[in-house]
Amino acid sequence: MIKSLKVLQHPLADSENQLEVLENSLGSIHPTFNEKLVLSGMYPLRASGIDIMQLNLGKMCNQTCKHCHVDAGPDRKEMMSRSTMQFCLDVLKNSEIDVVDLTGGAPELNPDFRWLVEQIKKLGKHVIVRCNLTIILANKRFYDLPDFFKQHQVEVVSSLPSFTQDRTDRQRGDGVFEDSIKALQMLNRVGYGKEGSGLMLNLVYNPAGAFLPPSQTALEKEYKMELASRYDIVFNQLFAITNMPISRYLDYLLSSGNYSRYMDKLISAFNPASVQNLMCRNTLSVGWDGYLYDCDFNQMLDLKLSTSGNQHISDFDFVILKNRNIVIKQHCFGCTAGEGSSCGGSLSV
Amino acid sequence: MENHYYNAKDLDKFGNIAEYQKELADKFFSYYGEVFKDSHLTAKEKSLIALAVAHAVQCPYCIDAYSSDAFEKGYSEAQMMEAVHVASAIKGGAVLVHGVQMMNKVKEIGM
Repeated sequence: MIKSLKVLQHPLADSENQLEVLENSLGSIHPTFNEKLVLSGMYPLRASGIDIMQLNLGKMCNQTCKHCHVDAGPDRKEMMSRSTMQFCLDVLKNSEIDVVDLTGGAPELNPDFRWLVEQIKKLGKHVIVRCNLTIILANKRFYDLPDFFKQHQVEVVSSLPSFTQDRTDRQRGDGVFEDSIKALQMLNRVGYGKEGSGLMLNLVYNPAGAFLPPSQTALEKEYKMELASRYDIVFNQLFAITNMPISRYLDYLLSSGNYSRYMDKLISAFNPASVQNLMCRNTLSVGWDGYLYDCDFNQMLDLKLSTSGNQHISDFDFVILKNRNIVIKQHCFGCTAGEGSSCGGSLSV
Repeated sequence: MENHYYNAKDLDKFGNIAEYQKELADKFFSYYGEVFKDSHLTAKEKSLIALAVAHAVQCPYCIDAYSSDAFEKGYSEAQMMEAVHVASAIKGGAVLVHGVQMMNKVKEIGM
């Protein structure tokens, strides 16, 4: 099993070193994200509200994907406590936030995962779980996850970077494709992805290499055809997501000699029309320790909110946070390239 | 001029041909864009054809562009190499089938 950068004591495990590479290694000929926003008349970038609360339940994962921006893996121990979850529930109870997006690591590895889902559903909120699929088969205590998801009408969003084994396993590890297919079939068996079931199963494509995603529409059509004909699998939507030059993917870009070229691609593909729909504008990200961020990527770079206070879930203030300025750096080009990218895929602009 | 004919960075300057003849360049790039859109063949299928043709015409710019494009669109290394073999077989076949002309001529003039 591949070890996390943190356990390897790799320099890029430190967010300050990542920011040093992102901000200073390309020289001054490249425009900054800040400058691009100014030229597009969209600076400063401000939140438009808070519709989604994204909770990172911990960095532990049963997989060690090569592109992981969280640097998650079996050797990571950070885990959201029940008391932090309770702060989140208190905020949700008293706010208009309708959607809770659970991510990790593998969020299901948090011992309070099921309790949290039950409590959120009691508040009448919609729950999204970013399930890596293989967790369902990782241990018999997870075999009933499809039934649990169904019982609570959880929307499942799962990564599958290709409908072929070779490309999936190269990015996500040996054997991941085979287990992912089995897990998708288990989800289909309880109704997920099937028309009229109301059980949403969305897949995520992200490139297995140093390039941008192709057209989401064409890719979804191909995935649907190939997964149905090869494995009798159905799903609702495919989200095409751009890989962020952060953490393990940044390490891959640098060690393979692709970093400069990849950043050139992201910068030259800057699409001003995508800025309006950036996920940071209507999402608030909560770290495993309760600290607040504009997005999951800023969380991994330890870029806390721009507000002077209200930086922790225990100090949440809806009115202040819903109008906050978003913290931006060079990695933000990852969300504005081409069709744009978010946790919900292309920004469809 | 540099002391070599090909420079990888020139691929990014392809659009600059419009500086000397804009009208024809615009027509070409418009046509090019239309050709590669999804239609009776998908954009993905067209990318693989382009890769094979790029090798047949031995254009380093085209090989650079369509090796990336075909891989990014999801073709495996084996599929891409098979496409190159198709180009090779057609080019090789094109040479060899002219062997019949050679035979015809030799038979014509030989005793």
